[in-house]
Amino acid sequence: MDLGTRKILDRSFTAVGITSILLMAAALLVVIVPIFTGGIGAIFFKGTVEHRKLQYNEFGKGDLAVIRQQTEETDIYRNKVYAMLDAFESEMELMEPTEKKKYRSQYTKVRKVLAHLFGPLPGDMEPILLRYQYGTTRWEKAEEALHDLMFVSKWDYSNPDEMAKQYFVPRSDEFAGTALAALFPYMENSLEKMLLPEMTFYWGFITERSLDAHIFGGIWAEIQGTFFLAAGAMLFAFPLGVIAAIYFTEYAKDNIFTSILRSANSTLAGVPSIVFGLFGLAFFINTVKVSESKSVLAGSLTLAIMVLPTIIRAAEEAILAVPKTYKEASLSLGSTKWRTIMTVILPAALPGIITGGIISLGRAAGETAPIIFTAAVSVGATIGIADVLNSPTPALSWNIYNLASEHEAASEIRHVQYGMVLALISIVLLLNLSAILLRARISKKLKG
Amino acid sequence: MQMTAGEKEAREVAAKSDTNREIFLPPERQRVKDGGKPHVSAKNFSIFYGDFEAVKKVNADILSKYVTAIIGPSGCGKSTFLRAINRMNDLIPSCYTTGTIMFDGEDIYGRFTDEVQLRKKIGMVFQKPNPFPKSIFDNIAYGPRLHGVNDKKTLEEIVEKSLLKAALWDEVKDRLDRNALGLSGGQQQRLCVARTLAVEPEILLLDEPTSALDPKATAKIEDLIEELRGSYTILIVTHNMQQASRVSDYTMFYYEGDLVEYAPTKQLFTNPRDQVTEDYITGRFS
Repeated sequence: MDLGTRKILDRSFTAVGITSILLMAAALLVVIVPIFTGGIGAIFFKGTVEHRKLQYNEFGKGDLAVIRQQTEETDIYRNKVYAMLDAFESEMELMEPTEKKKYRSQYTKVRKVLAHLFGPLPGDMEPILLRYQYGTTRWEKAEEALHDLMFVSKWDYSNPDEMAKQYFVPRSDEFAGTALAALFPYMENSLEKMLLPEMTFYWGFITERSLDAHIFGGIWAEIQGTFFLAAGAMLFAFPLGVIAAIYFTEYAKDNIFTSILRSANSTLAGVPSIVFGLFGLAFFINTVKVSESKSVLAGSLTLAIMVLPTIIRAAEEAILAVPKTYKEASLSLGSTKWRTIMTVILPAALPGIITGGIISLGRAAGETAPIIFTAAVSVGATIGIADVLNSPTPALSWNIYNLASEHEAASEIRHVQYGMVLALISIVLLLNLSAILLRARISKKLKG
Repeated sequence: MQMTAGEKEAREVAAKSDTNREIFLPPERQRVKDGGKPHVSAKNFSIFYGDFEAVKKVNADILSKYVTAIIGPSGCGKSTFLRAINRMNDLIPSCYTTGTIMFDGEDIYGRFTDEVQLRKKIGMVFQKPNPFPKSIFDNIAYGPRLHGVNDKKTLEEIVEKSLLKAALWDEVKDRLDRNALGLSGGQQQRLCVARTLAVEPEILLLDEPTSALDPKATAKIEDLIEELRGSYTILIVTHNMQQASRVSDYTMFYYEGDLVEYAPTKQLFTNPRDQVTEDYITGRFS
């Protein structure tokens, strides 16, 4: 191959390499940016007076005097709406049954949207579910509701060759000539005064429990559950993994038994995580009965089994990377094998071992499948440290899936879903970052 | 030439111990007081790696407090023999020995020999400087701590004494808490010597201690060996024949696993008995 061809080959290889890295970075951005913006929206948003009422009633936070004053302010505007509803209802009383029927369903819809905005309307029954006891807490949701109120969505089927098209007609047209006709322009102009949106920094999203299945409140239960599960998994897996690695590198004889153990370890590393979940259910819960049903303990044990091969492998690599000369030096000074391992080999291997451990911790925090059958519940209370032996817990990974796909009001709580994803990503990234820093610190200490 | 009492005794011991070596030292080298007793004695001692016999039926006495050099071409078994003395070969699973090798009348490979206690008495310095990734102080104190010395004052004394013996004290006394890996190669090697001396061994095994060092550092190590001569029994494996002739009192020449010749250094280098030895030291092969 001549020089020109070689240079062209080198350059094109560089180009391909850079392109693929750029593509990866772009893909990462495409994923991270919406998660970040959406997730920030869970903490930083325009909150309405309803948000402040809820915070005061449920968590005792906020200034009662301010809330009272704002409630009075908003009630002045809201009462006009309620008066219009009353007027229209009296008007309906006098209508012919056919005419009444014409308005009935539209009017029901209007009441529903208003109840969604302001909480229960005068004359409604006191709702049982918390989500109906308060109005809209977030301003952007209020704007959506307003749009719902102002317009009726219709579908255009005129062209049979094309998909039907959605179009909107003003709802006020339906009520033309009635007492309710004035409601629509009034709502459009005065909604802000009825809800008093303010920029809110809702730190409680991280630190508070969820209310009514995440319609309101925060995600502390999930964060704490994730922490319990991951920490519990490491509690079992880390010491066991390091001991196994020491056995493999220092004590195991080079025979068929060892190679069977080694290949078992490799195989275990490749097993899909859902299989570990089923194993956890079958073994820890049904056979060993560590707990009556799902529990943090069972979930931790399952996650521990899942990350064990990774920890063993990482620790083994780290121990093998310790120069043999350290071991020789220690032994030649009259050290026992055990002492050599504890005072020379493990300290020198520590950066690698810790890195493996923290990466496994991140994986344990993020895995969903192993905890579905063993530890996770979709909606649950925050549990105490004493309950880990017997209580299941909500956890970020599982609840992200659950809220996005199985929640009855999934589209209402997108901000919670994004917030959870952001929280999980932040936790895992923080763990990895701390691994890098810790490793750098210990390596520096070792290198002098 | 007049013979001293110690020399006479040594000659008698040598005569008893069945080896082909004579007590004869070059005139510029001093006789060592109380030296010349067999410290390590091998009888029909062979070392195998699996089926391969790396050291073949060696009979030799290493004399106490003298410096004995082991020379020979690569793969001749000289390092293997050295590492057998403090059982470092135990780390190689396929390695086993036949015959006996005694240290102070105790069988090194005996069934009831504690290799940990043995290594405490037989220290070793390796080819490449291998300080632990710890501070200079902790490196030296590692051995004494292993053997139960935990008092800070005593440890400080031991560290100072060992570094003084290894001629390193002046260079590092102000930075004992610094990481040992920050030292130069020659300093690291002297640190390793000091670390070995801190355990107060009786024998020092040096496995090509200068092959990774520059000439200046090598000279310092050689001076150090000269300093330690007379206090410790020293065995040094070396590729460098000038070094062997400079530092040692006795020289063993190994060739393909056989101990071909074992004699006072000057005699071996000026008047070798064996043709192979002569060919080797005159550089006909290497």
